[in-house]
Amino acid sequence: MLNLEQLQEKAKQLRISILNMLHEAGSGHPGGSLSAIDVLTVLYYDVMNHDPKNPQWEERDRFILSKGHIAPALYSVLADCGYFDSSELKTLRKYGSILQGHPCMQKTPGVEVSSGSLGQGLSIATGLALGAKIDNRSFRVYCMMGDGETQEGQIWEAAMAAGHYKLDNLCAIVDFNGLQIDGKVENVMNINPYKEKWLAFNWNVVEIDGHNMADIREAFYRAKEFKTKPTVIIARTIKGKGVSFMENDAQWHGKAPNDEELRLALSELDA
Amino acid sequence: MLKIETNINLYNVKYELTRQGYGEGILEAGYRNRNVIALGADITSSVKVDMFRDAFPDRFFNLGIAEQNQIGIAAGLSLLGKIPFVTNYGVFLAGRAWDQIRTTVCYGNLNVKLGGAHGGISVGPDGATHQALEEISIMRCLPNMKVVVPADYYETKKAAIAAAEIYGPIYIRFGREKVPVVTDEYTPFEIGKAYCLRDGSDLAIIACGVMVYESLLAAEKLAKEGISAMVINNHTIKPLDKDTILEAAQKTGAVVTAEEHQLAGGMGSAVLEVLCQEYPVPVRMVGVNDRFGESGDADTLMKAFGLNSDSIVKAAKDVLSIKKRANN
Repeated sequence: MLNLEQLQEKAKQLRISILNMLHEAGSGHPGGSLSAIDVLTVLYYDVMNHDPKNPQWEERDRFILSKGHIAPALYSVLADCGYFDSSELKTLRKYGSILQGHPCMQKTPGVEVSSGSLGQGLSIATGLALGAKIDNRSFRVYCMMGDGETQEGQIWEAAMAAGHYKLDNLCAIVDFNGLQIDGKVENVMNINPYKEKWLAFNWNVVEIDGHNMADIREAFYRAKEFKTKPTVIIARTIKGKGVSFMENDAQWHGKAPNDEELRLALSELDA
Repeated sequence: MLKIETNINLYNVKYELTRQGYGEGILEAGYRNRNVIALGADITSSVKVDMFRDAFPDRFFNLGIAEQNQIGIAAGLSLLGKIPFVTNYGVFLAGRAWDQIRTTVCYGNLNVKLGGAHGGISVGPDGATHQALEEISIMRCLPNMKVVVPADYYETKKAAIAAAEIYGPIYIRFGREKVPVVTDEYTPFEIGKAYCLRDGSDLAIIACGVMVYESLLAAEKLAKEGISAMVINNHTIKPLDKDTILEAAQKTGAVVTAEEHQLAGGMGSAVLEVLCQEYPVPVRMVGVNDRFGESGDADTLMKAFGLNSDSIVKAAKDVLSIKKRANN
């Protein structure tokens, strides 16, 4: 188990890994990967029961990445945990790679389900949580979405079902970085009032600073303790977090850094 | 080629609901395997999933009117080794949740079973919005997907049972109305294995669903005019039984396809994809020709849209005249 400082250091190393991976690939999504990586770090190194040596372990907690375009963030974590060799990271998005542009369950050890078409993950996670309830199994199910992604109607179909079936073994995380490709989420298609939406769908809601390791850990703990309702953690984050020129800039949603940008980014992170 | 003798009296045939067969099939599958689960969509009785619901209340979940979520939840359940049957009106199941079926279920090759009810124009009075005429096309183009269109009550029941016993995504299409029973409890059924219900030498009629009966009727009418028509029940559109189709074409040298579906991309198209590449013969297709349905009773609509034995007879004569010209 890592302490808060070690979690922060781990997240920094994972940010470096994400940037290197995207630079090598020449395309991909840094903004959301960097906004979500702190939450992912806490999940994989602190919260979830999982065994990288046995990815199909039946009692493992499940993580569903609904916002599949931040695959680099997930891959950096899975490689570091030991699901596959870190040398694979440089093959991201290349022909024949086990690391597809968006997660593919057949190709990548540790990927629970293929994703990339937005809005589908929460339904899958709800099915997993429902299945766990049917058989009285104790594993928990986690699902990460983007804030822009929750413009998809299917998210709310799933939210309704998870609330209806009182799936307290389900914990959703919204990586709420406030930006999508065309600009600010509130300008593109306003999703506010947000917390109230989830409350209205019979969810327990926890709002946190998604870059504060202590907050994140506490939120997952509270989710686990809360009974009779699923929990959504609204993680307020900064798109591109950790690289000054990427932060809060929608242009960095889906663009890889060039040589110079990588050098600058890494120098900031190493500082 | 598998040949199955049928001794039914075509003019005094029993009518049964294919959806009843489906409901009994998933019920039987539920008894055989406790991992079988049924997901409802507010139309549980209409699609005959109520029998399963009442027998296994702990393994039935109503998800309301939300097709996309229904598919996602089935996907999640399948990841735990469950065998979920998603049953819904075909037009909404295949159409409204197509991307979920494509990207989550088929790309992941998940063990999700799809029961597409109320297929075809014979849905009748509800009109075009509810008459699924495109599902075969949009389901069969998906990698990993299997597509079955059973001919009658017994075959739908067997298809549902078989679906639970093989791995992978499968779409079973059945209708709303009672349709003629052309098989019986003991007729062999294997997914991916077409069979010959009536032998013939002048042409082969390759059909699925309710058009199998219409094809038998057409063959009978043609026989009276001295034309010998083979009838193939091609219940599995994917994986297609290429051997049987090629054998039928090689033996007869002319083919008519018949389906209650759009001509574009349907069962007939699948047959042509094989014949054109492997053994081209003259072909005529019977089906819906690039138009939406409308309200009316089932029989009236089937006639109006050319989905009956008379249309097959006409297509048979057309194809034979082409064959004759080609041979001269």
